[in-house]
Order: sequence, then structure tokens, then C-alpha cells
Amino acid sequence: MSNNMNLTLKVWRQKNAKAKGELVSYQADHVSPDMSFLEMLDVVNEGLIKKGDDPIHFDHDCREGICGSCSLHINGRPHGPKQGITTCQLHMRSFNDKDTIVIEPWRAEGFPVIKDLATDRSAFDRIQVAGGFISVNTGGAPDANVIPIPKVVADEAFNSATCIGCGACVAACKNASAMLFVSAKVSQLALLPQGQPERYRRVQAMVAQMDAEGFGSCTNTGACEAECPKEISITNIARMNRDYFTAKLLNSEE
Amino acid sequence: MKLDAKIPQGPLAEKWSKHKFNLKLVNPANKRKYTVIVVGTGLAGASAAASLAELGYNVKAFCFQDSPRRAHSIAAQGGINGAKNYQNDGDSVYRLFYDTIKGGDYRAREGNVYRLAEVSVNIIDQCVAQGVPFAREYGGLLDNRSFGGSQVSRTFYARGQTGQQLLLGAYSSLNRQVNLGKVKMFTRHEMMDVVTIDGEAKGIVTRDLISGAIETHSAHAVLLCTGGYGNVFYLSTNAMGCNVTAAWKAHKRGAYFANPCFTQIHPTCIPVTGEHQSKLTLMSESLRNDGRVWAPKTKELAEKIRKGEIKAAELKDDDRDYFLERKYPAFGNLVPRDVASRNAKEIVDEGRGVGTSGIAVYLDFAESISRLGEDAVRAKYGNLFDMYQQITDENPYKQPMRIYPAVHYTMGGLWVDYNLQTTVKGLYCLGEANFSEHGANRLGASALMQGLADGYFVIPYTLGDYLATIGPKAIDANHPAFEETKKNVVDRINRLISLKGNKTVTEYHRELGHIMWEYCGMARTEEGLIKAKGLISELRKDFWKNAIVTGINEEFNQNLENAGRVADFLELGELMVDDALDRKESCGGHFRLESQTPEGEALRDDDNYAYVAAWQYNGDNQPESLHKEELVFENVKLTQRSYK
Repeated sequence: MSNNMNLTLKVWRQKNAKAKGELVSYQADHVSPDMSFLEMLDVVNEGLIKKGDDPIHFDHDCREGICGSCSLHINGRPHGPKQGITTCQLHMRSFNDKDTIVIEPWRAEGFPVIKDLATDRSAFDRIQVAGGFISVNTGGAPDANVIPIPKVVADEAFNSATCIGCGACVAACKNASAMLFVSAKVSQLALLPQGQPERYRRVQAMVAQMDAEGFGSCTNTGACEAECPKEISITNIARMNRDYFTAKLLNSEE
Repeated sequence: MKLDAKIPQGPLAEKWSKHKFNLKLVNPANKRKYTVIVVGTGLAGASAAASLAELGYNVKAFCFQDSPRRAHSIAAQGGINGAKNYQNDGDSVYRLFYDTIKGGDYRAREGNVYRLAEVSVNIIDQCVAQGVPFAREYGGLLDNRSFGGSQVSRTFYARGQTGQQLLLGAYSSLNRQVNLGKVKMFTRHEMMDVVTIDGEAKGIVTRDLISGAIETHSAHAVLLCTGGYGNVFYLSTNAMGCNVTAAWKAHKRGAYFANPCFTQIHPTCIPVTGEHQSKLTLMSESLRNDGRVWAPKTKELAEKIRKGEIKAAELKDDDRDYFLERKYPAFGNLVPRDVASRNAKEIVDEGRGVGTSGIAVYLDFAESISRLGEDAVRAKYGNLFDMYQQITDENPYKQPMRIYPAVHYTMGGLWVDYNLQTTVKGLYCLGEANFSEHGANRLGASALMQGLADGYFVIPYTLGDYLATIGPKAIDANHPAFEETKKNVVDRINRLISLKGNKTVTEYHRELGHIMWEYCGMARTEEGLIKAKGLISELRKDFWKNAIVTGINEEFNQNLENAGRVADFLELGELMVDDALDRKESCGGHFRLESQTPEGEALRDDDNYAYVAAWQYNGDNQPESLHKEELVFENVKLTQRSYK
């Protein structure tokens, strides 16, 4: 088709966590504007495999913007040039013929590179393990309608809960801070009545783990909010800070 | 072997309570002496792992994703059913049971389905207690909607991402147990085989996807919660990593595979754009509540639309065929998924399809927008409309959406009894990976319900019975079976790695998908299925000669991962065809052209096919043996489904 594009890619290739990486150039020709960004990479990889070369490794799974696996830094921006979407939802019509596209992994101390564009984001799991839950055993729950929750509160908790854990907030931040991610979970549970009993203990445990993982501090630049594919607000960070200070002041829970 | 489903005797409503009482219990002090392996961390796996750990068992949980939170349950949009009757509109456990049995075209077990409906109410309670932010009314109570053709509003939802919210709830419970040291989590690990000792499952072999290390893990029982096999069709709404490998390896170790040909084709997906397409995107079924499905009345008009000579929105009402409303006046656009899908295919086969490819029909919101206003439609479906526009570059507020069916869910899976145990003792199967509750067609908002029912409320009881029977004696991790199984895994990986042909694994996968979609998709014939069997067998032979697998085992190697999964799909595909050939009737999503009513609806043959087809593996390239579990209906009367 006439509106197909020829592109130059500069892709970060790194054999494993210990190897030294470099940007390698590839030609991607006859790219249809209807392809997703990852499908464009698939086509490049098919070409590499046919030559017996190692394909470009990147994390991906659902390819509909919800699993949070995909994680590419495209032309200097997490998830590429468009707002409110993940890399897998980015289509090639957002680029022009003869463009050069630079593709890098997330860059943050908390997310070491595993290979090429895939990074280790298990620090996020460990932060959740530290306290991102309500302690309720299966079977012990009261009827779901026992506690009415005002719609505005439920909606606000939902907005925080939409985080997909992709790590774009960390990748976007000059300090590689994980505050948006952590505060989204803290907020979701702090807003709901079910989350109250462990509210202050939770925020302290999660912040402590976040610090232990080597993520930087928040200096309120707002880059995280701007790049978040789910457009999670930095209001969450303010809410978490407030809870954290309250917890310290009250020292109410261990 | 005679299949014993172990469905308890007695009245339907008492079966589960009586059964629970009859199950053996494990002494609380003994629970910590047992280890249970859970493979997969979607709704079924995460909920099972968390619940079993809460009881005191030691759990080892595995997932191939980089985090348990990324399992494909996360992508479910619409909602979860629960027979709460909060809306006072006549719902009940019995009605949910009845709807599920009928919707599944009478190919599921009464006892299992009733239990599912019974525990559905507990699931909602549990999720709310975990902090799942379901949609609420202004009064603060939970909101419900009618979903997928249901006549009552029993679906709980969290905007368009119910799956993610439920999974994050289960994931948080799982994390709590990781924190307490009761669950050990293995991410980026793929299960490569089941280890059996004297016919009982005692462990698994895994591959660390980063280092390539092949490891063995022992346990008193193994739970497979590994999802469906829709990716056998190459293009589906499943995530790229979804695969049949775990279930298939279990099958080869003696677990029967039931009703493999029962696949669900979802009617409202975004159509394919070209050969590069890697997956298909579902547009929530809820859209059919307000959208009207249509196609141009004639081939000539369709052709003009395809060429861009006229625009869909400009076509006069008289020139449109609202075919679902025309054929099914009572249910209209809300007919079950299989019926809606098949009708779209008929339109395309008649040459009345739209879009440049001609493989699509319209889902039109013009009428709703004029009735409710654009803002009201945006409030309800805004995120879906945005998603559509992002993918297609078309504005669905101005032009009707183009939709076409796509593979979405697989009702078939490993055969399990009432306790969720497969035909291998100690090996259990939960969620989409098993065959049980949905019969030949799954109702909307029932997949999430089943996954969580199995994990939260069934397995914690039934597993205890088995564990109490075998006793807490430690498993001998040095038993030769572990080394033997590991060696088989290594040998197979070496065979894959040595493939240095000229065709990529993806090319084989795509070809397999074409065969499956063409001959074992929405409409099946004996002739087509026989042809497909030959084609798949040829393709599989060719794969093991001419495929290319790059790199080595001892590294992060996505090409090798994919090769192993596609090799298993190439075997499963043939079994699906065998199953579809055996079942000469039509039922639910399985439509044999030879078996239809004069109106073109699926025609069941209850006298000859009211059974679960359970297939036994007999060795490589050997035909599988069919075992039939007769379905007994004591409570519902089998009727021809009619949505007129």
C-alpha cells in the first residue's frame, strides 16, 4: 500500500543483565500504519529469526493495554508519544515515513535490565507484598452490601486502582521515584472503609520497602502523572504523604 | 477406566453442603506438613494459592509472567455474576443455575453448576472485603447490570476492567501470604511437565525463563490453573503468552482432556486488518445493550460500502438489515454469543460484509445517541469507544463500529470430577483450564465467577479430603521419577533448539490458526474436519523438520518459549478436530452444518450426545481413546434453545 512507511530503528540490545548494552540500528520497511508498535517489532523479529539472529526481547502479553507487561521507552518517552496509552496500544500511524525511532528499556536502578528491552520489575511485587492488602481470610467476609460506600468515594478508589503496574511512572521520573505507583495502591485502600484498620501500618510498610528497593525521592515534577498510561493523578502522592506523616506523628500502629 | 464424576446423591440444593460434611478434614497442626503446588496465578490460581495458604498449607505458586498480577484474567472487561438478587428482579441461585445450564446448551453437570451458582454470592462478599472497587449507586450500595442476554441484573462490575480489579484483589491476598511466608512465589517460571509416582502427581518440572535452568519441585498435590487454549487459533482475544502447555503435559501424563472442541467465539471484536495482526481486541459485550447490529441489505450495497463509494452512516434504514432484531424479535441484539457470532458469519459468507476486507458487520450507536444523547453514551462506553478509535482510527460516534467474531474462551479442558480432581490422583485443575461448568457455551460474566469459585470456595474443601487420605509424609524428592521427567524435558528442549530450518515458529502458528479457524471454527462439517486433520498432521511433521529456533536454552529465549508452546498447539489441534468429528450434533458453540433446525439453529441430539467426551492419550501419533461421561438431568428439562 502506498501509505506504508520505511523506518529506521535504534534499539537497545543487551545480551543479559551483566553484559554491556548498545544501540543497534535496524531497518523496518513497508510498515503499515494499521500495525501496532509491537506488531512492527514482531515483523522485525521475524526477519532476524529467519537470518538465525537473536530476536529483540521485550515484555508483552495482553496487547490491549491492561496487563502492564509492555514497557518501552520510545523516543525518550515511556510508552511513546501519545498520552494515556501503553506501548501495545500505540499504532504506527503515529509515526511518519523515514522517521528514526529510538527504543530503550525502562531506565531505573529499581528496574535492572534482564535482556534488551525487558527489565526486572519484581520490586513492585515486593512493595505490594510488604503491605498492599487488606487482611481478610477467605470465607470471613460479611455481606457485600453491609457497608454502604458513597459513590464518589468508590469512584475515587477505583481511579487509584486502575494502576497496571507497568512502571512508566518510575521510568519517566528523573529521580526514578516509585511514589505514584505506591501511592495509588495506598490511596485505593485508604479511601475504602475496609482498608481503615491497617491504614497507617500499610503506608509505613510499603514506603519502607519502596525505599529499600532503591527508588528515588519525589520532587513533584509531575512527569509520572504525565506519562501514566492510566492517567493516575499525583493527588495520590499527596494523600500518601499525608497518611505517612500522620502515621509517624501518631505512631499509632507499631 | 470408568469415569466417576463423584457427584453427591440427594436433592440439588443439598449436594454441596452434604458433600462438604462428608469430606475428610486435615488436622490444623498437620496442615503445615503439606506442600501444594499451584501453577498459574490468574483468578483461579491466585485465589486457590491464597486460600490454601490461609488454611495453613505451604504453597509454591508459579507463573510465566514477570508478576502474578499480569495473568490474563486481568483483561476481562464486563463483569462477574452473583445471584445476590440485590435488584429484587427475581434472581436466585436456582435461576443462575438454570440460565447457566441452558446457556451451555445442556452439556454441563447439574451438580457442578448448582454449586457454582450457590457460591457466587460468597465471591462478591469476599471481593468487597478485599477492597475491590465495584461500581456503586448513589446510595452507596453495589450496582448491577444485565449482561449477555440475561433477563435479570446480576452482574457486578468495575467499569470496563472487572477482571483487573478482581485479580488485584486475589493478588493482594496472595501477597499477604507471601508476606507471611506461607506462599513461595516463582515468577518467570514455566511448567514443563508433571511428575507422577505410582500414578499420582507429586511434583512438576519447570524452566526458569531467564536462566533456562530446568528445576524439579515436589509436593503433595499439584493444581493446574493455567487458563484456556484459545491461542490454538493463532488469532484470539487471549494474551500472547496464553498456552495449553501445562494442561497438555498433564494430558500426556494421564489426565483426560474433555470436550476440546467446545470453543467460544465472541461476537464483538475488532476485525483483522492484515497479515501482521498478532491478536484481536474484544469490545465488551455490554455494547450490545445499546448498539444495533446490522449489515447492508444487498451484496451490491455492501460492495459500494467496501469500495468507499457510500458511507455506512448515510445508508437509509430501508437499505439496512438489522439481522439479529429481524430473526430474534424477543432477544434482538442480546442473543447469546454463539448465536450472534454465527449470524455475523452468515452475513459475511453471503457477501454482505463490510470494511475493506469485507469481513465485518456493523454495531451502530446512532439510534442510542439520538435517544440518550452523546454524553450519556460516552459516560457508559467512553473507554470502549476510545479504544476502538485508537485501534481503527475511526470515530464510532460518527460512523458505526465494525465488528467480527473472534475466539475468546475455551469451555473444553482437562476433565475433572466434582472435587476438581483430574483422572490423575493428586492432580487438580481449576478455572478455564478445566472443562466443567459452561457446557457447550459460556454465558457472559461467568468466567470470572467460575475461576474464583474454584479457587476460593471449592478447592480449599475438596483438596483437604485427598491430603487427609494420603497423609502428611514428606514426598521423596530424590525419587527417580523426578530425574526421569526432567530428562524428558531437557531432551525435548534440545530437539527444539536443534531446529535450524527455514520457517519461523510464528509462521507455523499462523498456519495452524488458519486451519483451525477455517475448519474447526464457527461452522464445522465432517468433510472439512477430515481435511483439517490431515493438514494439521502434515504441518506438525513439517514443524519438527523445518522450523527455526534461535539461540540456546541457557538464556532468556522468547523464541524457544514460543516454539515449545506452538509444538503443543500442533498436537492439541488434532484432538480438537477428532472431538468435533465425534460430536455429530450441534450444541452451543459447536455448530455442525449437518445438524441444524429448519431455521438454521443448532440442533442437539440428546439421545446420542448428552455426554462429556473425555479423551485419553495413548502415546505419540496414536489415536486417543474416547470415554463418555453420560450427563444426567434430574432437575431441568432439556429443550431446544430458542431466542425468537
